[in-house]
Order: sequence, then structure tokens, then C-alpha cells
Amino acid sequence: MASNDREQITIPPDGRLPEEQPKWRQDFPIDWPQDHYVARRDFTKFMVLTSFAFVVGQFWIVVQNFLRKRRGQPPIRRIAGLSDLAIGQSLVFAYPEEHDKCLLVRTGENNFVAFGQECTHLSCAVVPEPEKKRFLCPCHNGSFDLETGKPLAGPPRRPLPRVLLEIRDGALYATAVEVRVV
Amino acid sequence: MAVPSHMEFFIDPNRCIGCQSCVQACGECDTHKGHPMIHLEYVDRAHTTQTAPVVCMHCDQPTCAEVCPADAIKRTGDGVVQTARKPRCVACNNCVLACPFGVPKMKAEFQLMMKCDMCYDRTSAGKKPMCATVCPSGALFFGTREQVEQLRPRSQPINRFQFGGQRITTKVNMMTPKVAHTEYVDVTAAMDEQATGKDITFNILDSEATNGFQ
Repeated sequence: MASNDREQITIPPDGRLPEEQPKWRQDFPIDWPQDHYVARRDFTKFMVLTSFAFVVGQFWIVVQNFLRKRRGQPPIRRIAGLSDLAIGQSLVFAYPEEHDKCLLVRTGENNFVAFGQECTHLSCAVVPEPEKKRFLCPCHNGSFDLETGKPLAGPPRRPLPRVLLEIRDGALYATAVEVRVV
Repeated sequence: MAVPSHMEFFIDPNRCIGCQSCVQACGECDTHKGHPMIHLEYVDRAHTTQTAPVVCMHCDQPTCAEVCPADAIKRTGDGVVQTARKPRCVACNNCVLACPFGVPKMKAEFQLMMKCDMCYDRTSAGKKPMCATVCPSGALFFGTREQVEQLRPRSQPINRFQFGGQRITTKVNMMTPKVAHTEYVDVTAAMDEQATGKDITFNILDSEATNGFQ
């Protein structure tokens, strides 16, 4: 037991036995080896609680998916008239909520594309560069393809969320948001 | 690595000549480079040049650690109380106020309490602390009990101190005269004692003053 004696050498000021000391003394030992000591029970407790947190997280994802499905597609909304944009011009609009900024770009006579404006890396606002056929994120020089929204260069790995468009009676309508992983 | 248990620290304040060597050497210790942790105190500056070195006594019940609200002051297995752990210390000064020997130093620029750790980098590797290697008069001595008995046959090492109601046992020893047969050093009682030098100076001044005005 010599090694144990070396680990617990500090005598509490009241001089009573270690067994008679209040419990907090075990939690805040003065001796260095005791302070570094992690009991098997503490370690197991940590591992169990951490795994439990992971399990809860997985279920949370399932619940979120379920709720998203139940919410259904956002309502169809008019964005702009066909003649409002010249070829190569772009327009910022909000869809489906007020704070979800999206970009509409006219790439050709009858070609329109719309993507969410948030970079998939760290949510900076991307800038359309139709002449270079890309969206540029100025924060970390990430760029996305203008036609597909797929990442071309820089840190982003996921494509921009695509806003599905529909042309009705000479106007552009946003019908849905397609969040993609690859 | 730990400080070998047969090597002990002995302080003999009587022998201190106030040369400041220990202060300079302490600043060169690698655990607190550039910041001397030893205190070289004047006993009674107005009346005597006597100085006394104060290093950490490394108590069995470290008062500094007892009062630490951040659980930052720890003692290694060989009984050396270490400088506050940097990630924990909140620079609250509790230890500075509580230590009966006045050892901890608050380094406001680091937000950290630093104290004498018996040059842990050296003593744990079997070397002497910086101060004890340079002390020219032997006021600070690091070695075995046999060595100190041979060097100071008329003194005995004492490691028990009384501060009012608090009795402290320390790792570091204080040399006291053998003839006194003391069991512990009663610090608060000694504070009320008149220093012998003080009496003499007062008498000279008093007698001169009284003679002059007669």
C-alpha cells in the first residue's frame, strides 16, 4: 500500500480520517496523483452518457426528417416577369421564407436558374458571375457551377440548394426547393 | 521523477547575510525563468540589516490549496506544492492572503499565482534547488539530515510551526538552537518579542536625547 500512501499524503485541516471527511474532498483533492486519477466508474459513466447523447442525436435527425416531410412543399410564389431580366442579369429574391435569400439568373433566352444564396461551406452569400459561368463565394474563394449549382473549387463540398422554377403566363414562379447532398 | 525523500531543505535564517545571491539564482530556475520566487525579507528594516530568506515550506496541509476556490494548487506525490495550474487559476489572491509564510506571489501580468516549487525541474532530477547551490553562508541548505547534523552540530531541524491556533507541519526544515529544546516554532508569540537589537538602539537614542535636553 506504499504507493497509495504516496498518493494521499495531504492531511485535512481538521485532522480526521479520510473516511470521515466530507465527500467534496474526494472531488477536489490537493494531491496531484489523486487529482489526475480517473476511476473506472467515472470513465464508464462518461462513455455511457456520451453514447446515449449520440443515440438521442440520431433519433433527433429522424424526428426532424419526419417533421420536414409533414410540412410539405412551400407554396408557389411569383418571382418576376420573364421580361424583367436581361440575359446574364440576376435577381435576389426570398423563398420559401423571408430570410431564405435566393438568386435567380437568366442564362439564356428561355433559360433561368435559381439557387439558394447561402454558400454550403459557411453560409456566406454567393455572387453570380454569369460571364465565368459560376457563383463565387468571396469568403474562401469557393465557386459553384452556374447551371447545376455543383461545387467547382474551394472549400464547399455540397451543391447549392436548387429552387425549382416554372413559367406560367409570362412570369416566373418558384415551386419548390431541392436540397441536395451531392 | 520525484524529489528523493532523503534529500531535505534546511533554512538557517541566522546565517543569512542578505547578499541577494539566492534571489538572483532563483530567477534563473527554469520553472519560473526571470521571476525570482524566493523572498529575502528584512526582519526589522529600521533597526537592523538582518535578513531572512523565505522559501515555500511545502506544508502537509497546504493552506494555499485549502483556500483555493478554483482547485488550482496541487501537491505532487513527493510533497512539493506546485505553482497554480495555469488553466485553473483565476488570480483571486486567496492563497497569497492565506499562506502563513507569505510565500505565493500573484503575477498579475500572467493572471497566475506563482510560488517557490523547490526548483522542481532540478530537485526531481536529483539536483539541488538554485538558491541552495549559491548561498555562500549556508543559510539555505539542501542535503541529507546527516550532512546538516555534521555542519550544524549545535542546531536541530524543526518542521513544526504554530500560527495562533493553526499548527503546521512542513517538508522544509528550520534550524533552531539545540539548547532551546523547542518542539515547534511559535511564530505569533515571536512577533511580540522585542528584538535585542531594537532595545539597544532605542536606549542609545533615548539616552542621547535625554542627556542633550537636560
